[in-house]
Amino acid sequence: MRDGPVTDDRARAVGAAPLIELDGVRKSYNAGRPNEAEVLHGLSLRIDPGEFVALIGPSGSGKSTLLNILGLLERSTAGRYRLLGEETSGLDDDATTRLRRRAIGFVFQFHHLLPAFSALENVTLPALMREGRVGSAALRRARDLLGAVGLGEAMHKRPGELSGGMQQRVAIARALALQPPLVLADEPTGNLDRQASDEVFALLRRMHAEQRTTFLVVTHDPRLAERCDRIVELVDGRIERDGPRSG
Amino acid sequence: MVDLLGFERRVALRFLAEGRMQTLLIVVGVAAGVAVVAFITALISGLQSSTLEKTLGAQAHVTLRAPDDTVAPARAPEPGVATLEQTQPRAQRSRTIVNWQALLPLLEATPKVAAVSPMVSGAALAQRGEASKAIAVAGVDLDRYDRIVGLRGKLVAGEARLGPGEAVIGRELADDLGVRVGDRLVVVTGPTSDAFRVTALVDLGVRELNRRTVLVPLRAAQSLLALPGGATTIDLVLDDVWAAQALADELAARLPYEVESWQQANAQLVSALDAQTVSTRLIRTVVLIVVVLGIASVLVVSVVQKRREIGILRAMGATRAQMQRVFLLQGLVVGGLGSVLGVLLAAGLVAAFVAFVRGSDGQPLFAITLQPGLGLRVAAIATLCGVLAAVAPARRAAGLDPAEAIRM
Repeated sequence: MRDGPVTDDRARAVGAAPLIELDGVRKSYNAGRPNEAEVLHGLSLRIDPGEFVALIGPSGSGKSTLLNILGLLERSTAGRYRLLGEETSGLDDDATTRLRRRAIGFVFQFHHLLPAFSALENVTLPALMREGRVGSAALRRARDLLGAVGLGEAMHKRPGELSGGMQQRVAIARALALQPPLVLADEPTGNLDRQASDEVFALLRRMHAEQRTTFLVVTHDPRLAERCDRIVELVDGRIERDGPRSG
Repeated sequence: MVDLLGFERRVALRFLAEGRMQTLLIVVGVAAGVAVVAFITALISGLQSSTLEKTLGAQAHVTLRAPDDTVAPARAPEPGVATLEQTQPRAQRSRTIVNWQALLPLLEATPKVAAVSPMVSGAALAQRGEASKAIAVAGVDLDRYDRIVGLRGKLVAGEARLGPGEAVIGRELADDLGVRVGDRLVVVTGPTSDAFRVTALVDLGVRELNRRTVLVPLRAAQSLLALPGGATTIDLVLDDVWAAQALADELAARLPYEVESWQQANAQLVSALDAQTVSTRLIRTVVLIVVVLGIASVLVVSVVQKRREIGILRAMGATRAQMQRVFLLQGLVVGGLGSVLGVLLAAGLVAAFVAFVRGSDGQPLFAITLQPGLGLRVAAIATLCGVLAAVAPARRAAGLDPAEAIRM
């Protein structure tokens, strides 16, 4: 099954402000040392609100590094990164964290739920973190999200009591809890069997359609990449391909 | 409205609950430490109070007496002239404090002074029939002297009264002389003697004092010791026994008398008490250090164990300060819980000590109580130690690189 294109270049066409704007971004590890290694070589990329983008590439191509930079978990060595129109390179740690909290939801390959918290508590954590309490609106949204991902009956279970696919659905619900404009998913199906992968990916597409959130999904699976609207391929730290899915 | 520390509180408590065995062990460790500190403090405090009470029960806190007679050099030394001199120290006679009556109101008006009592005392013999005992005869104003040593509380027989021709004597002396209340005895000082009727027997808490003490009216003692109108010492008690040395120094600087504090009179006892206090402090410090290290080590391990969770929370938008507070709160909770349990345990130990540890007479060795103030103080210090112990782990947690933590 192939999901229909939900977004296209409408935003770009009408001149809306880009959600993500990379300009000549470089990333080196061990900078200034003899073993310095540059893994991203001057990337420029623009992602507009509402897009569903696949980031593909072989292992070691720099996908995770790029995702970390986009997720404000790492800083680039050179170049500019604007998120929601805000230049990120000059932000201090607190401002970066606040922007990350406001703008980005994460879905990791290994679910990364907090094992001591129930599914519902995991989903309400972002609101608790921001407000210091879980208000009725946040609780309602968390319940709705868990219902939407098919876990209405299991919301009080802890991650250890859920299957891998279920945990990943909780992670997706959590990523959407604060209605962030951007969700970054790092191999969200990489740890699942084929059926669970299909289900989770379909869920991502459905959430994208319902929540109008921009998704950037890192995947190794060409079959899943083809279900995204746009594919960015990274090879050896350079963008080799950036365009709509084939067919 | 933002709930203060709602996120930090929830995560900290959940982290502690998740590692419940670790948490339980460290809380028990803190409780044991707090119990040791609180109990040992109460014990030593009770022991010292009891020792002081026994020592100062029959003694003034500060005593003024006339200065010793000294030999003045016959000729003042001259520069460039070598003088060989040998001075024979003078024999000290009983001397009165000059103008002591005028001194009393002055001393009574001195801050911290609770009571002032003049005394005339000297060596004498007490005789009854063929029995004769060396004694210290002391002439006092009974009401004033009662405020110094609490004499009325030490009566074992009779009625505290010192009218003309009346005496109060120590219990052991009464046994030695075969005297009972209402009997008469004779006090002899050199060529002078006088007869007294015993109105009361007292127990001053020290056997040797009970064997030597004869209290008579001030005037009678002045007559016996050939110091008409005189007083050999003025005794002072203070509201705070530990202020005695400072007051003694101050009075010595102001007045032309010899001034001695109870600390100077009992230098060995004070040294022993000081050594005891230092040892107690050392034990308390070591125990608190162990408590701090215990909490810190558990939290450091917790940071390592929770590395991934910390990374996730940071990625989700938890600030460094929030992560720091999560671990500081854990220290606070562990320290606070341990403190409460420790104080309860200490109260149990104190009760057990009072109930089961008895002297040969079947009575409790000394009074020991865990004052609420002490319990609160120890608990507050231990809780603070819990927070301090969490500082390093908290900084470590806050400093974790979320990207690296998540990759693990």
